[in-house]
Amino acid sequence: MALAVGCRARPGKARDNKTGSWRVFKPEFDHEKCTQCGTCKTICPEGCISEDTDGKFIPDYLYCKGCGLCAEECPGDAITMKQEEK
Amino acid sequence: MLGITEGSLAVAEAVRLCRPQVVAAYPITPQTHIVEALADMVANGKLDADYITVESEFSALSACLGASAAGSRTYSATTSQGLALMFEVCFNVAGMRQPIVMTIANRALGAPLSIWNDQQDSISLRDSGWLQFYAEDNQEATDLHYIAYRVAEDPSVSLPAFVCFDGFILSHTYEPVEQLNQADVDKYLPPFAPTERLDAADPISFGMYATPEYYHEFRYAHDKALKDSAAVIKKAGEEFKALFGRDYSAMVEGYLLEDAETVLVAMGSICGTTKDAIDEMRAAGKKVGLLKVRVFRPFPASELAKALGGAKRVAVLDKNISLGSKGALALEIRDALYGSQVPVYDYILGLGGRDVRKRDIKEIVARAEKGQGDEFYGLRQEVL
Repeated sequence: MALAVGCRARPGKARDNKTGSWRVFKPEFDHEKCTQCGTCKTICPEGCISEDTDGKFIPDYLYCKGCGLCAEECPGDAITMKQEEK
Repeated sequence: MLGITEGSLAVAEAVRLCRPQVVAAYPITPQTHIVEALADMVANGKLDADYITVESEFSALSACLGASAAGSRTYSATTSQGLALMFEVCFNVAGMRQPIVMTIANRALGAPLSIWNDQQDSISLRDSGWLQFYAEDNQEATDLHYIAYRVAEDPSVSLPAFVCFDGFILSHTYEPVEQLNQADVDKYLPPFAPTERLDAADPISFGMYATPEYYHEFRYAHDKALKDSAAVIKKAGEEFKALFGRDYSAMVEGYLLEDAETVLVAMGSICGTTKDAIDEMRAAGKKVGLLKVRVFRPFPASELAKALGGAKRVAVLDKNISLGSKGALALEIRDALYGSQVPVYDYILGLGGRDVRKRDIKEIVARAEKGQGDEFYGLRQEVL
């Protein structure tokens, strides 16, 4: 993202802010254990978990801040938080 | 037209001719007659502007910030504690790159309470990213407003500017001032036409959030724009000279510098007193000169180094002090002259309205010749 003079921004510009860089713990999804209940998608405060065409829930790591709520709430314990080396 | 005018009123007239669309100011102490005169002009139909009365200086500059972002040419004036109250907004205005011009009638900061002149107020905002011009007399104070708007609104600059003139010594003094006429000012200063502005039909936000990946680069871009404004100041000064005859193209201006062994460096009205003292010292055979600093931000380091490189010694007159260190001007001149072997002596003087007379300038030259400096000049030992 190139700098705008005076840090000006049009609506929707927040998408350029890749908040995934803030993450310390990364949620890893075990699709074998996943029951496709969709709790992770509902609970994600960043709105960055989406369901693909096969019904798999996939986080968008560009925006996932690593808060861990999905892992905490997953009824099937299919999500594990792992410390990320950068 | 040449007229005998009070400094504040001369500045108000120049501001009127710049056609500001929004003026916001807080009217009580510390303030000058500038905004009082502008309020009259708006009320009497001489100035077509929205005059916003606010409850504090913080609000005054905040109102200007919003109006400027909406695409208006905006103006305010303040001094001392009023400027101190604007501290946070000053950084926001500069970071959002809004070309607000504000007059600072330089006065001391409390405590202790003082209403008198020194330059601590604007100097304390030297890191805020505004351009800073300092005027020697009321003619220069008046003219610098046209130049300030021209430079500030130049798309390559897009930065706010202080025009500083010494409180009381200039702001409340009657002097002959040549005023421009509206047609000439309109030729020099076209309407403010920013490419982006606040508009509900085409939404945009100013001064958004910058994460650690970007903030550093925003500061770099701001610093670069301020440094690069030096070329725009020169061009604006040259065009002003071509139209009106008075030359403000140089950021520093020498007076009898050519063969000077001791060079005094100063900003503001003290330059006039210093020139008179130099004339008398020259008549007595002393090789003394003055380098007047008209633009403090961007700091004209290379111009200063060039002008001072041939001196035997430099004596800096600072009407401010970075407490715990030295005067702001001397600190930066030392930096500009680093490696040159020219000794730079700092003299803190004229704080809180203490008069600086010709004999003081002569005494400072004598002290510099003896290698005595880096001191508060003229301390009244009997009260210490």
